[in-house]
Amino acid sequence: MITLQNIKKVFNKGEVNEVCALNDVSLTIQQGEYLVLVGSNGSGKTTLLNIISGAESVSSGNVLLNNADVTKLPEYKRSQWIARVFQNPLSGTAPDLSILDNFRLAALRTTRKKPVIGVNAPFKKLVQERISTLGMGLENKVEQPMGTLSGGQRQALTLLMSIMDHTDILLLDEPTAALDPRSAKIVLETADALIKEYKLTAVLITHNLKDAHQYGNRIIQMAEGKVLKDLNAQAKSKLQLQDMFAWFS
Amino acid sequence: MEFYLTAIMLGLCLSAMALGIFITMKIFGIPDITTDGSYTLGAVLTAVLLTAHWPAWAIIPVVMLAGAFAGSLTGLIHTKLKIDALLAGILVMTGLYSINLTILGRSNVPLLNVQTVFNYLHPFANDIYNEALTGLIFIAVLSATLGYLLKTDFGIAMRAVGNSASMTRALGINNDVMKITGLAMANALTALSGYLVAQYQNFTDINMGIGIVITGLGSVLIGDALIKWWSIQSIVAQLLTVLAGSIVFQLVLAFTLSVGVDPNLLKLVTSVMVLLIVSIPRLRMKKV
Repeated sequence: MITLQNIKKVFNKGEVNEVCALNDVSLTIQQGEYLVLVGSNGSGKTTLLNIISGAESVSSGNVLLNNADVTKLPEYKRSQWIARVFQNPLSGTAPDLSILDNFRLAALRTTRKKPVIGVNAPFKKLVQERISTLGMGLENKVEQPMGTLSGGQRQALTLLMSIMDHTDILLLDEPTAALDPRSAKIVLETADALIKEYKLTAVLITHNLKDAHQYGNRIIQMAEGKVLKDLNAQAKSKLQLQDMFAWFS
Repeated sequence: MEFYLTAIMLGLCLSAMALGIFITMKIFGIPDITTDGSYTLGAVLTAVLLTAHWPAWAIIPVVMLAGAFAGSLTGLIHTKLKIDALLAGILVMTGLYSINLTILGRSNVPLLNVQTVFNYLHPFANDIYNEALTGLIFIAVLSATLGYLLKTDFGIAMRAVGNSASMTRALGINNDVMKITGLAMANALTALSGYLVAQYQNFTDINMGIGIVITGLGSVLIGDALIKWWSIQSIVAQLLTVLAGSIVFQLVLAFTLSVGVDPNLLKLVTSVMVLLIVSIPRLRMKKV
C-alpha cells in the first residue's frame, strides 16, 4: 500500500524558472490496486512516481509504504518494497553485464550483495525458465551482454527482473514509450499477468489512452500538479475510450 | 634480450596498477588521477620501512591500506561533497605529494643493501628469472583474487554501478559506498605497484608517480581493444587481457627507447602512445 500525504514538490525554488510539479497531492493506493496515471506532459506524473520510489525528495508532505513512513529513506533503501521499470530501456539494465548477471542483481534487490558467487547452475536454470515464459527465445542467450538486445527485449526482461525478489510495489514509468506495438503489447500483457499473479500494488504511467483504458483497476488524470479525475474500478470499467479522449480536448 | 625482459618485468609490476585503473574505469568511466599519488605513496612507504629493516612481506598490508585510504578519500570527496571525480582525484594526488615528501624526508632513497621482496626465491641461477617468478606469483595471486571477487554478487554489483547507476539504485545498491570501496580497492592495487617497482628498480623517487596514470590507462586501453576485438565476456579473461596490455605497453616503450629515442622524452613518448591508442579506433570509424 502506498500513501501520499499532502505532497508538494517545487523545482528551482526561488528562481525565475520555479516550477511547482506537485501541489498538495494526497493519495492512497491499496494493496493489489493497479493504478493508471494519465495526464499531459508536465502534469506531474513522473514526479509523483519518482517521489514514491525515492528518486526525488519531497518539498513537503509524507510518503508511507505499508503504513511505514519512508519520506527520508533514499531510493536504494526503498527498493526493498519497490521494483521499477523505466521509460528508457537502458536505465533498468546494465548493458555490459550478461543477462544472467543482471538477473542475479535483481534477485538480490532486497538483500545484501555478498562476496560469494551466486550465479550457479540452478540459478541459471531458474532464470531460463522465467525468461522462456516471454516466448521471445531469449532463454538460450542468458550469457550474452544485456546491451546486445533490443529495447523491447530489455524492457520485457526488466519486468521479469522485478519479480526475481519479493516485491510489494511495481512502478511502470511509460515502459512502452520507446517500443514498437508488438513489443509494447508483450510488455504490458506480461506486466498485467505479473501484477495479478503476485497481487502487486502497481502504478502505470502512459500516454496511450487505449492502454490506459484496457489495463488497471483505477485511473487518475493529473493536471498542473494536482489530481484532476480519480475513477475507481467500477467507474473505470464503465469508462468509454471516447470519454477519455474528451479529457484531453 | 635482457632489455626486453626488464620491460616485461616492469609491465608485470605495473599491472597491479593497471588492474586498479581497470576497476575505476568500470565504476566511473574515467581514470582515477589519485593513482599518481598512491603509486608514489606505496613506493615511499616501502623505502622507509625497508630501510627501517621491516621484512618485505610485512610491508604489503601497510602499503595496501595506505593506498586504500587515499582512494577512499577521493571517493568521499567525490560522493559526499559532489565534486567531479577527476577534480577529487587531482586534489588528493596533489596533497599526497607533500605527504609523500614528508614521509620520505628527501627526494629519493636508494634501496641497495636491503632484503627486497625479490630476494626471497632462488630456484634459478639467473636472478632475472627469480625476479620474474616473484612478480608472476604476485600478479597471479592478485588476478585470481580480483577475478573471484568481481564474479561474486558483490563484484557484479560493483561492475553494474558504472554501467547503469539508475538500475543499481533501484536494485538496492548504495552507489556511493560502492564507488568509495572501488576506489579504495583500485588505489590499494596501485600502491602495491609502487611497492613492487621501488624494490625492482632499487630506489624510490618522489617524482616516480608523475604521469603513471597514463601508463595504466594505456595498458587498460590496449586490454580493452583486445577485449572488444575478441569479444571476451569472462571477467577473469578480461583481467588477464589487461595484464597483457600492461606488458605490451612496456615492451613498446622499451622498443622506442632501443631505436634511439632520448630517455628524457620518455613521458612524451608515453603520452603520444596513449593518444594513438585512443585515437586510432576513432579515426578508423570516421572513414566507414
